[in-house]
Amino acid sequence: MDAFYIILTGSLVAITCGLLGCFLVLRKMAMVGDAISHAVLPGIVIAFLISGSRDSVVMLLGAGAIGILTTVLIEFFQKKGSLQTDASIGVTFTWLFALGVILISVYANEVDLDQDCVLHGEIAYIPLDLWISDSGLILGPRVLYVSGTIFVIILAFIILGYKELYLTTFDPAFATAIGVSTVVWHYLLMAAVSLTTVASFESVGAILVVALMIAPPATAYLLTESFPRMLFITAIIGILVSILGYYLAAYLDGSIAGAMSTVAGVFFFLAFLFSPTEGILIKNNLRERIKTNA
Amino acid sequence: MEDLITFFSFQNPNIRYVAGGSVLLAISSALVGCFTFLKKKALVGDAVAHAVLPGICLSFLISGTKNPIYLIIGAFVTGWLSLVMIDFITRKSKIKEDTAIGLILSVFFGVGILLLTMIQHSGNAAQSGLDSFLFGKAAALVGQDLYIFSIISVCLLLGVILFYKEFALISFDEDFAKSIGFPVKRLELALTTLTVLAVVTGIQAVGVVLMAAMLITPAAAARFWTNKLSIMLVLAAVFGAFSGVSGAYISYVAPSMPTGPWIVMIISMIAIISFFVAPERGILYKLITQAKIKRRILIENILKLFYQLGELDKNFSAQRTIEQIQAKRPIKTASLLSGLNILSHQGFLKKQNNSWQLTDQGEKKGQRIVKLHRLWEVYLTKYLRIAPDHVHEDADNIEHILTPELESRLEALLQYPTSDPHESIIPYRNVIKS
Repeated sequence: MDAFYIILTGSLVAITCGLLGCFLVLRKMAMVGDAISHAVLPGIVIAFLISGSRDSVVMLLGAGAIGILTTVLIEFFQKKGSLQTDASIGVTFTWLFALGVILISVYANEVDLDQDCVLHGEIAYIPLDLWISDSGLILGPRVLYVSGTIFVIILAFIILGYKELYLTTFDPAFATAIGVSTVVWHYLLMAAVSLTTVASFESVGAILVVALMIAPPATAYLLTESFPRMLFITAIIGILVSILGYYLAAYLDGSIAGAMSTVAGVFFFLAFLFSPTEGILIKNNLRERIKTNA
Repeated sequence: MEDLITFFSFQNPNIRYVAGGSVLLAISSALVGCFTFLKKKALVGDAVAHAVLPGICLSFLISGTKNPIYLIIGAFVTGWLSLVMIDFITRKSKIKEDTAIGLILSVFFGVGILLLTMIQHSGNAAQSGLDSFLFGKAAALVGQDLYIFSIISVCLLLGVILFYKEFALISFDEDFAKSIGFPVKRLELALTTLTVLAVVTGIQAVGVVLMAAMLITPAAAARFWTNKLSIMLVLAAVFGAFSGVSGAYISYVAPSMPTGPWIVMIISMIAIISFFVAPERGILYKLITQAKIKRRILIENILKLFYQLGELDKNFSAQRTIEQIQAKRPIKTASLLSGLNILSHQGFLKKQNNSWQLTDQGEKKGQRIVKLHRLWEVYLTKYLRIAPDHVHEDADNIEHILTPELESRLEALLQYPTSDPHESIIPYRNVIKS
């Protein structure tokens, strides 16, 4: 049962991250996603200090706000300070992350967060942290509910806003022409990324969220040209990553989150080599055949 | 105060190690960071920083010791591999560079975490302290580590000094470097190697996640103060060194404070202050310049209005009220009033009761603006063959920019035309006088 809970939570997190990641990868904003996932740390600590618990609405809202603030800051330095994009991202997220770590040290006694957990989370403890109702009924792992809720929210966001997200990603000029605001959807997407990062923090940590956001969509991107199919493949890869990651971690006796990103990396590598349309081995082979025929 | 003196007398060897180590690491990464910054590859440093973790764990697994030399070799190999893979993926597939960086960064780090937790769970007693690479351990630098880092830092410094010209060239103009026969590929390789070395050593101070800041932030801060590469390098090194010492000092005064994040915090503060206050490139400077230009355009427009009103009723020294001016051209009352005040202060207008009147000086200036506007309209219709009803907007902008030199060249080129395309008289100084 424990294994089932862990794999289920892992899959939910991986699918949520992957679906959002598809948009990030296509919008060439993968590193902005990375920056947000680091920068929400001070938001989490401050929200924790205010609300005193890890899974409150305050925390999700606070983190969402910090995520948007990060994007605004990056764009501010870039436009007003004419700082190049990569440096603007690098300066902003390291600064906010350092602030988060310092806050954790200052309030070490009041905040139940430790630095390692921030980096790689601990999905293995999920079954131990049960949600028990006031009447004493055991309802299952608490984190599972958090991940499930976020999964539903993000899925609803993508389904309801599919047309707008699709248009602003592929043809922003056309989107603006027919009255879809690229700015609004840009910030909505960033808020969704922040929300997901915060919700996934406990289970997989700040950096592995990025692995789940980038690796499965990048793999799917190499396997198909159709966007709906890319979303679908990403979700399937998310589930596979969760299952295989769990057993790899059990076999090696290591971190499940680490194993999940390792598996995600292996999938990408396989697609990079053997994808029927994009794989470099397939392309090389094709080139050889054309040469010998000619 | 006492703490300050104890700290900066550097009597205590521990303080010496921590401060010395932090400064060395900060300077060497700041210098190399300047080149990656200029090559617009700042985030590559972030990727390398994450990618060294599996290398460190692997070399521990193989060698079984925490000897810094083995760990550095391991870190170097995977850090280097990550850069090669990012380059390979971007070149060989449709994956874009940012995705490739994020992918390699997070997957390598994931593998590193997997190996690290494996080692931790194995119960090997020698492993304790390996996780200090995650957040750095500047406060725990000891003699032996320091010697090794000093040697690497000196190598980095020498590398940057020796290849200064070459690195500058490939950072600014790779194609030119190629065309004059520089071995660009090999120089890139050398720069990559130095970057990886800087990351590998810097990680000791600030850890995997914050290493990117040690490369990017000093360079970004220094870039705001200068356009010269040599000064930028020196500034970046000074900023880096200052934050290194301050970080060490803070964690000396408050031992529960982590050194690495404080170093990053201080260098970020320096950078953010630079973004705002640096002359010429700073945000405040730009805002002030913009406000100045806006004000100049406003007062020139007001003088122009006075002159045009004067033309209408052939009386340049008539009293005008705010309503009269706004009837000619709607300017917001608040900005109009402030403009009028500035002008009367500068002696271009004279204020009486609630109306204003052009002084001689003001009339001259207003006349010049009107002349420039109409001359430009003539130029556009005559030389660029733009329809007369399309030239007004453009002239409205250019009238504030034309210099006296351009003014006289325009006059000569157009041979002192008497009227503009809308049949308005072009006012020349001597014509008015006569």
